[in-house]
Amino acid sequence: MTYQPQNDFGTPESRSDETVSLTIDGRNVTVPAGTSVMRAAAEQGTSIPKLCATDSVKSFGSCRLCLVEIDGRRGTPASCTTPVETGMVVRTQTPHLAKLRKGVMELYISDHPLDCLTCAANGDCELQDQAGAVGLRDVRYDVQATHLGQEKDHSNPYFDFDPSKCIACSRCIRACDEVQGTLALTMEGRGWDSKISAGLASDNFLESECVSCGACVQACPTATLVEKKVVEVGTPERSVVTTCAYCGVGCTFRAEMRGEQLVRMVPYKDGKANRGHSCVKGRFAWGYAQHQERILKPMIRKSISDPWREVEWDEAFAYTASELKRISAKYGRNALGGITSSRCTNEETFLVQKLIRAGFGNNNVDTCARVCHSPTGYGLKTAFGTSAGTQDFDSVEDTDVILIIGANPTDGHPVFASRMKRRLRGQDGRPGAKLIVIDPRRTDIVRSPHIEAQHHLPLRPGTNVAVLTAMAHVIVTEGLADEAFIRERCDWDEYSHWAEFVSQTRNSPENLQPVTLVDAEELRAAARLYATGGNGAIYYGLGVTEHSQGSSTVMAIANLAMATGNIGRRGVGVNPLRGQNNVQGACDMGSFPHELAGYRHISDGNARKLFEDDWGVTLDPEPGLRIPNMLDAAVDGVFKALYCQGEDILQSDPNTAHVSAGLAAMECVIVHDLFLNETANYAHIFLPGSTFLEKNGTFTNAERRIQPVRKVMTPMNGLEDWEVTQRLAQAMGLDWNYTHPSEIMDEIARLTPTFAGVSFARLDEAGSLQWPVTADAPEGSPIMHVDGFVRGKGKFVVTDYVPTDEKTGPRFPLLLTTGRILSQYNVGAQTRRTENVAWHPEDLLEIHPVDAEDRGVKSGDWVKLASRAGETTLRATVTDRVAPGVVYTTFHHAVTQANVVTTDFSDWATNCPEYKVTAVQISASNGPTEWQEEYEAFSTRSRRVETGIAAE
Amino acid sequence: MNSVERLVHMANQIATNLATDDAPVSAVADHIQQFWDPRMKKMIFAHGTAGLSPVAAAAISLLADAQNGA
Repeated sequence: MTYQPQNDFGTPESRSDETVSLTIDGRNVTVPAGTSVMRAAAEQGTSIPKLCATDSVKSFGSCRLCLVEIDGRRGTPASCTTPVETGMVVRTQTPHLAKLRKGVMELYISDHPLDCLTCAANGDCELQDQAGAVGLRDVRYDVQATHLGQEKDHSNPYFDFDPSKCIACSRCIRACDEVQGTLALTMEGRGWDSKISAGLASDNFLESECVSCGACVQACPTATLVEKKVVEVGTPERSVVTTCAYCGVGCTFRAEMRGEQLVRMVPYKDGKANRGHSCVKGRFAWGYAQHQERILKPMIRKSISDPWREVEWDEAFAYTASELKRISAKYGRNALGGITSSRCTNEETFLVQKLIRAGFGNNNVDTCARVCHSPTGYGLKTAFGTSAGTQDFDSVEDTDVILIIGANPTDGHPVFASRMKRRLRGQDGRPGAKLIVIDPRRTDIVRSPHIEAQHHLPLRPGTNVAVLTAMAHVIVTEGLADEAFIRERCDWDEYSHWAEFVSQTRNSPENLQPVTLVDAEELRAAARLYATGGNGAIYYGLGVTEHSQGSSTVMAIANLAMATGNIGRRGVGVNPLRGQNNVQGACDMGSFPHELAGYRHISDGNARKLFEDDWGVTLDPEPGLRIPNMLDAAVDGVFKALYCQGEDILQSDPNTAHVSAGLAAMECVIVHDLFLNETANYAHIFLPGSTFLEKNGTFTNAERRIQPVRKVMTPMNGLEDWEVTQRLAQAMGLDWNYTHPSEIMDEIARLTPTFAGVSFARLDEAGSLQWPVTADAPEGSPIMHVDGFVRGKGKFVVTDYVPTDEKTGPRFPLLLTTGRILSQYNVGAQTRRTENVAWHPEDLLEIHPVDAEDRGVKSGDWVKLASRAGETTLRATVTDRVAPGVVYTTFHHAVTQANVVTTDFSDWATNCPEYKVTAVQISASNGPTEWQEEYEAFSTRSRRVETGIAAE
Repeated sequence: MNSVERLVHMANQIATNLATDDAPVSAVADHIQQFWDPRMKKMIFAHGTAGLSPVAAAAISLLADAQNGA
């Protein structure tokens, strides 16, 4: 299609159920009450000139361009600030209005550079459009003073700020306030000196509090804030709606293109997950897709000590298949396995698990979710009957109490965090929701502009279950449980057993305070607020799951929600914030070794038969190996071949020394990825992957929303990832003949009851669908468990607190917890290859001033971080954001490899690693550790390519 | 920790976390049956009950007996 920006209705949509009819320019229009005259006109196709209005922010009424005449009203009111009324008669074009508008535009243009032909916004500038719309032909003023000629701010790596082109409409300031919620921008000075400022006058955009979400750039009607890429390339000529490949929020974007060149990613206003907003990653950090380090040709080698040799696809597939067959024949079929990727599409993960089950002949398939949300799958399936969150993101608009535990949404899920913050601030006279944060760190959402958590419970890492049990103790013993809900929806006997357990004195907040380090009175107040504050919604992340009691914590959360009746309607629920873009989907697609697609156990004969009949094979009824079990088996010498798609287990999985030992013990490691990642150092075959811009398929986000991913350019490596897996399967003798991913989705729908109503055609029609999509719910299911739990009765599970086996002691007295930062994503393979390194060039160790003082450490010092598993070095930053006794770092940089120090301890039910609790010691350092030096040398050797050109 | 030691640790961890179940032995046995691959089960059967908590040991025995019976 030809490029068109999305329609701008000028002011936000009204959600009123009442309607109002009026007449605009002789035509009747009916709109919801509360709609502005400007929007009503836009909805009937009448464009009223405007500059300071845009539909992402509230009306402001400053530009005086949108004036209209209304019968019976004096003067010429601004249509953006005038709400519709029944029977209103509006005229948008009269000679008087034309004269007024022309006068206004004349003033604007008198103080605007007339460089349209060479301006980056030429052809996509609202000022230019409006000058045309009002028929401005000359400017009469001989201007003596202007605000032109100011210096541009090029500091942000993705957009420029040219104050000379600013018309002081304040759309950027309001977008930062209302949409993003950072409140970084302000208007400095008056009159000719008016200037948008990112924080202090001394700050440029990069150094300010701006989080580079792009909302201001999107809102700017001129070239004042403009993408550097548009400056470089020019305006786009077409657009394709697709889904972001970063976090589990799953933002919808318009990929705006020139030919096959991506010009910019613009958040799509009709995207149901993001509602027109974006973050620095999705909006700007896509440069990795064309990065020079991408590997575009398949490569093979006999041994990891050999250099890589580039080969053609045919040779690569033939060699890979022959190696897999050789190993299967020599060591048995159970010596093979694979890992599906949460970054790839549903269709691709489905094919990888199918290849393993039907082609390799075993169930040794696992997925990245093993190391993040596998406890969510186990816990929520046990409690509710479904391995997924209960709400859609819109639900937060009806929440009265938000409880965040073990999640840092402003960094990990920034676009949803903005929705949360909007609800926390309150809007249009409606008071904001209350906030409880349970986290060892004072995350940004605990206290940010216009937001302050009512209760922050800075618990000792590893004591989630104790804190939640203590909250349950308060709710039950103080008579705050919703017994009517429990009697109707849950198993009463199980509840009684649980209630008796949590009521025990040993589970009181006072009794557990020495363990959790949470003030008992504060905990009691938080529990009371959650139970009695109205609609209570729990949002959680990896701070819940990545513990030895991760699954217990998920069930403890479910217990709290059921005990207070906070399930089954808008505004409430249990909401796992998924880390990667398609964690939910990868789990749904049967990527776990014990489950077929749709979470049916492999021992279930009926489910197995369905797949066996469809695939024409016999499936092994026994569960296969999970990732850590695969590595153990490799070290034992019985697991010999791994197909790893889109995951870098060497960097992301715990205890790097053990992972590397496992990989080194294998005879055939196949890495299917964009880059020679860390795991590829141990690989024998490299199959180049394609980016989300180069393929068709679907991702499923944290709210179970299945969304289309659309190919906007030809794969640089020649094949989409599903084609690579299919060609490999064919080389192994499987009769696969998919011609398009839609056929794979048809197979998924045929075999998975919760996807029964899903097809590419339906997704194109609806935009997105939230599973279950069935005959009973053909439009999908935004909220789950509305009329009852999927499993029948909700199940209360007693979750007794069990301390982790990872203990602090004299040698390792501090607790390390790990996490993410806004500008980087997961192991950094993508974001480190973008300009996002401007914000986070290295992993830093956060340490409390008291602990730093004890060790003589200052901010910026190199320190050694040592645990029982290993040691690494990185620089310290001294901050009271962490409690005394706790240190924190991210794991985005391969040079640090934070997982060198994390341990083998894992969740009791799922083997999800205990990343969040490692006993460590910090000491001064003056150089890299032996491991870092050896690993760097090994990496350099391992990445040699026979052509003589280093691949990285 | 070698692989057998790790399996013993895992079995004990499962037993500790399912200790409050109405029937902890069968709950532990069922969990291991559902989530461990055949080789892991064989390894712990071969290892015996050394180092296992009473509930874990009983669960492993239960599973081993069922396997042998089958």
